[in-house]
Amino acid sequence: MTGRLTALILLSVCPAVRLSAQTAQPGKLTYDKWCAGCHGDTGKGDGYGAAFMLPRPRDFTLGVFQIRTTASGELPTDADLFRVVEEGMPGTAMPAWKSRLSKQEQADVIAYLKTFSQFFKGAAPKPLEFGKAPGGGGGPAGIAEGREVFRKLECFKCHGEAGRGDGKSAPSLKDDSGQPIRAADLTHSWTFNGGADVEQIYARLRTGLDGTPMPSFSDVIASKVITEEQLWRVAQYVRSLSPARTPEPREVIPAALVAGKLPSGPEDSLWARVEPAYVPLVGQIIQKPRWFLPTVDGVWVRSVHNGSRIALLLTWHDPSRSPDPAWDQWLGRIAQAAPGADGPIPSTQGPDRMMVQFPRQVAEESEWPYFLQGSARRPAYLVRWSSDSDRVEEGVSTGLGRFAPGSGTPRWSHAARFDKGEWQLQLTAAFVPSDTSAAPAFRTGEAIPIAFFAADGSNGEGEVRGSISAWYSVYLQTPTPVTVYVEPILAGLLTAGLGVFAIIRAQRRGTRAGGANPEGS
Amino acid sequence: MRYPMILSAVLVLVACGKKEGGAPAGSPAAAPAAAPAAAPAGGATITGTVKFPGTAPANPTIDMSEEAVCKAKYTSPPTDPVVEVKGGMLGNVFVYVKSGLPAGATYPAPTTPVTIDQRGCLYHPRVFGVMVGQPVEILNSDSVLHNIKAVPTANRGFNISQPSAGMKTTRTFATQEVMVPLQCNVHGWMHAFVGVLSHPFFAATGEDGSFTIKGLPAGTYELEAWHEKLGTQTATVTVAENGTATAGFTFGPKTP
Repeated sequence: MTGRLTALILLSVCPAVRLSAQTAQPGKLTYDKWCAGCHGDTGKGDGYGAAFMLPRPRDFTLGVFQIRTTASGELPTDADLFRVVEEGMPGTAMPAWKSRLSKQEQADVIAYLKTFSQFFKGAAPKPLEFGKAPGGGGGPAGIAEGREVFRKLECFKCHGEAGRGDGKSAPSLKDDSGQPIRAADLTHSWTFNGGADVEQIYARLRTGLDGTPMPSFSDVIASKVITEEQLWRVAQYVRSLSPARTPEPREVIPAALVAGKLPSGPEDSLWARVEPAYVPLVGQIIQKPRWFLPTVDGVWVRSVHNGSRIALLLTWHDPSRSPDPAWDQWLGRIAQAAPGADGPIPSTQGPDRMMVQFPRQVAEESEWPYFLQGSARRPAYLVRWSSDSDRVEEGVSTGLGRFAPGSGTPRWSHAARFDKGEWQLQLTAAFVPSDTSAAPAFRTGEAIPIAFFAADGSNGEGEVRGSISAWYSVYLQTPTPVTVYVEPILAGLLTAGLGVFAIIRAQRRGTRAGGANPEGS
Repeated sequence: MRYPMILSAVLVLVACGKKEGGAPAGSPAAAPAAAPAAAPAGGATITGTVKFPGTAPANPTIDMSEEAVCKAKYTSPPTDPVVEVKGGMLGNVFVYVKSGLPAGATYPAPTTPVTIDQRGCLYHPRVFGVMVGQPVEILNSDSVLHNIKAVPTANRGFNISQPSAGMKTTRTFATQEVMVPLQCNVHGWMHAFVGVLSHPFFAATGEDGSFTIKGLPAGTYELEAWHEKLGTQTATVTVAENGTATAGFTFGPKTP
């Protein structure tokens, strides 16, 4: 997401147009204007923005492409290239161009980028035959078989047991250019580089993602280790790991009113009945040291209250429970890959962090603090959790990295757990703090402004480098009044009654009119 | 929503040949040299050795604890055989005729495959040669997932999954390239190198540092010796018809 923003910034501030009077290829002008900022003037993937992105922009001179319908090692078809230009590559900095470039411009730019590699001078590549997904894929039997084949093929070695990109090989993964690369989080289908459909996932399994560690599984079928249908089951299983629909961020996160006790921790069964809201996070690229390569790309937020206390359950994915010695090598390589500006990346892993901020006063007319954890003029109230000591601090913040812990009685209690690449953190607090001048008081029926900051210690992140959200609100729902249920019924009854009355009247009139007309019967 | 808008605004501004067997599991030693598979019968022979005087750099120990199946195949922790020195002799050096062959001569590719085996989570052999178009047979002897990825520049690469023991996959290379790196991403320590040549005059040194190139026509040749870490060296050798000549290389402990 940050990468995408970076691309936008570069596109908007760099007047990359080099107007040459004689452009042999019609795509050159489009390429120079829109593509060269990242992919470089000569297609080597070394444009100005390249150093800020992982994975790096494609080096067209190598002729190696991730998203194809052709066998591993083959070139993509023109249709494959079209798809990537049109739709972009989710999970990377490559945006979709369909709203910006016409079909003709896209065709021209594809023809032009093919001139960067001598490989395209050969015969046109042939797409593989994929067939169709077997039926019953969404059913439990198909999913269970897919899970079994997923295990047999040892997909978990990189993608992890639960598919969160936390497998044992994940910290050592590198792409063809030697840069560190994440194993895909298979539970975030909206970040799949080639698309989230079962058909797309199956295509990736058959073709592999060239240039990355992801291999092709076509030979596994040819060698009769598994059948084509079984590989389709893997695709269906992988798709089932993500929500059916891409989560849409909503400004307001509802906190349902529950009677009596709040959940005791992340494992409390009550949470299963609370619908989570998704809050996307992006790299903090405003205040130095900026961070273009964040690990955490979103947090699921659940909230309930009982009229006097509030509980929040935050769930986010992070392949490493930092500090973890297995991820030392990852940190070292990230430090090398990150742009040198803004100071060195720490050489040792810090803890994982989650910070939740609120305004110091919740009142509709008051101005909210600056979203990057406040300012000297308008400080924010911050609740900070870190994994090393598994503790929560609360206090006043006047900006990122400028935090003063409060002195009063701790208001927030917490419980955190880490499992297979997922953190869950429950924060619980009384509506009214001991010191209402420093911390906000909450009231049923109010919306509490809230914002988040996450950091992965084994990715070089800390109190300033990390992922941020904008302001959202948690709405403390009021008890549902009985009239909500009664009024629609009354309205319905009234409408039906009026309808019946109208029909009867109309029928009476009709009978009278019929009697007056001799031709009527 | 005021702040998200501001956020957006702010963001916008701102040896070759067949090597059957190889080293036994449990020994990370270099595979023994073998004659090029396709060398024509008769002709001249160049033999030689590659020396490494002095103390060899220690090879890094591989921690295989993430792969119990492979770890169990070793009695002591295996090392990554980057610089293989035994008695002052250097193994895993690829030696080939770089220039001097008659212009326009072509050499048919043998149909006999060259096998690279993934065994004990290491490649056997680590350094080998193959002719353009000659099949490379990739074998998985471990009951774990390996992916084998070729990362060439002149050739097309590939990245194949081999999730079960006994699985074999065959690939060929279309054009000359010295060397094509092979790697496994599941086990980041696994590396091998294949030299792809349009003629059969190449060899990789065994652990005794020796090599033999057979079947050459009479002539003067430039030989190149390639080592993955120590770089390359060249030597000029003249050999008479059906004669024998020797060539020697000496690598030092430099890091390119």
